[in-house]
Amino acid sequence: MALKLMKGCEAISEAAIQAGCRYFFGYPITPQNDVPEYMSRRLPEVGGCFLQAESELAAINMVYGAGGAGARAMTSSSSPGISLKQEGISTIAAAEIPAVIVNMMRGGPGLGNIQASQGDYFQAVKGGGHGDYHAVVYAPSSIQETCDMMQRAFDTADTYRTPVIILADGLIGQMMEPVELKENPNPTMPDKPWAATGYDPKGTKPRAVLNSLYIETEDLNTLIDRLHARYEVIKQKEVLVECYNTEGAEIVLCAYGTVARVCKAAVNELNEKGIKVGLVRPITLWPFPTEAVHDAVAQDSVKGVLTVEMSDGQLLEDIRLAVNGVKPVEFMGKAGSIMPTTEGIIERIMKMREA
Amino acid sequence: MIEKNIFAGFGGQGVLLMGQLLAAAAMHEGKHTTWVPSYGPEMRGGTANCSVILSDKEIDSPMVTRPTALIVMNRPSLEKFEDTVLPGGSIFVNSSMIDVKVQRTDVKAYYVPCNELAAELGNNKVANMIMLGAYLGYSKCVDIETVLKALLEKLGERKAKLIPLNREALLKGAACVK
Repeated sequence: MALKLMKGCEAISEAAIQAGCRYFFGYPITPQNDVPEYMSRRLPEVGGCFLQAESELAAINMVYGAGGAGARAMTSSSSPGISLKQEGISTIAAAEIPAVIVNMMRGGPGLGNIQASQGDYFQAVKGGGHGDYHAVVYAPSSIQETCDMMQRAFDTADTYRTPVIILADGLIGQMMEPVELKENPNPTMPDKPWAATGYDPKGTKPRAVLNSLYIETEDLNTLIDRLHARYEVIKQKEVLVECYNTEGAEIVLCAYGTVARVCKAAVNELNEKGIKVGLVRPITLWPFPTEAVHDAVAQDSVKGVLTVEMSDGQLLEDIRLAVNGVKPVEFMGKAGSIMPTTEGIIERIMKMREA
Repeated sequence: MIEKNIFAGFGGQGVLLMGQLLAAAAMHEGKHTTWVPSYGPEMRGGTANCSVILSDKEIDSPMVTRPTALIVMNRPSLEKFEDTVLPGGSIFVNSSMIDVKVQRTDVKAYYVPCNELAAELGNNKVANMIMLGAYLGYSKCVDIETVLKALLEKLGERKAKLIPLNREALLKGAACVK
C-alpha cells in the first residue's frame, strides 16, 4: 500500500481498525480528539460501532462490556481523562478482559495544559488504578511505529487477557508523517471461549462469568497468583527496546517516545564528530527492558548515563533500578510540556564528558 | 539534503496548509518528511505555525528550533522567529502585511507581496499559495506539480476546478524570487 501523510491520531485509529477493532467508546478531550472524530466516521463503514459516552467512566466500562463479549474494543483519551478511567482499567485487569487504551499525554497534574508531556509515566507503568495488577505499556516514537504497534497491542491484549496502554504524547497525536498502513479487510480473531456471549442452557459450554469481586481471601489470592504468573511470561516474551549506537558508547542516553527522537538527533550529531554516544529507547515501558538498559550501561566504555524526559524524573526511577548503581545516572528534563532541545542535550553530554 | 522550515502567520492565513502541502509533496517525491503544528487554545486571528522537515535520510527529531528557512505571513511571526533562523538561511516575508525589514544580515531575505499578487489573480485566499510558490522557486526542493497533486488529494475531485488558480498562484510566487 502506498504511503499516506497522516496525523498520529488518525493513523492510530485506522491501524486499530485494520487490527480488528470494531468498537470504540470515548469522550472528548484535547489533544486526542482526532481519534474519536476519525472513529466516528470510519467505524460505521466497516460495520463497527462508535459511541460517544456520557463520561470517561462510562466509556471505559463500555470497553469492559464489549471486550468481555469477545470483541476488540478500544478507548482513547488524554491525561485527565485517563485518570478518570483508572477504576475501569483496574477492574478490566481483575476481570481478565482484553482492552486497548490510548493515552495522548498532555501536561498535568490536574487539568494542566494541552501540550505534549510525559507526566503519566508512573500512572501507566506503576499501576494507575488500585490493586496488584499491571497493564502492558507501549511507548511509540513515530507515527509508523504507532501504527505497527496497534496490531501487536490487540494481539497482546487477547493473548494475555490484559489491558494494554499505548502511552503516546500530544505531539505524536497531532503531528503528520508518511505512514504505510497494512490493509487487512478480514483480521483473524483468536477464539475466546471465556467470553460472555450469552448462556445456552442446553449447550455444552459452561456459563461465562467475568467478575472482579472475590470476597474470599483465598479466591482473590488465586486470581492474583494467576495474573502474576501471566506477568512473568509477559516479562519473558514481550519486552521491546531499541539500542541505538550504544556499543562502545561513552555516554548512554535513556529516553522514550518523541523525546527519544530529540535524543537521537543529539546522538547522530555527536557521532558525526566522532564522539561515542548512544541511546537506549524502551518501547515497552512495562515490561521494562531492564536487562537491555543494564547491559548497555555496564560496558567498560560507559562513563555515565543521562535520562531525558518531558516530566519531572519518572522514567529516571526505572533507569536507576536497571542501572543498579553500576554507573552514575543523571537527569535532564522539565515538566510543564517543555520539550528538551537537541542543543541542550548536546551541551549536557559535553559537560558529562568533561567531568 | 535536509530542509527545516517554519511557516508562521495568523490563524486563517493558511500556514498549516502550506506546510502540509509541502510535506505531502515531499512524500510523493520519495523524501522523508515530518509536519508538526503548533496547537493550542487558538482561534481565527491568533497565531499559528508549523514546522516541516524534508530530508533524503530518515528524520530523527521532528522538532525545528533552528530553521533553514522561515516563511512568515504576518509581523508578529517575523518578530517571534527571526532570531532562530540558521546563519546562511533565508526568510520569506509577506510584504503586504509586514511593513518592517529583516534585521539580520547573515540571512537572505525575500519580500513577497502575497496579498496584492493574490488580488491580481482575483482571489485573496491564494496568498498562501503565492508564498509557497516563492519558497519553492527558491529552494526547488519539490516540483510545483507535485504540490498540486497533493492539493488535489486534499480538495477532492469535486473541487478540482480550483487547481488552475492555485497553479497560477504558485507560479506567480516562484517568479518573485527568480
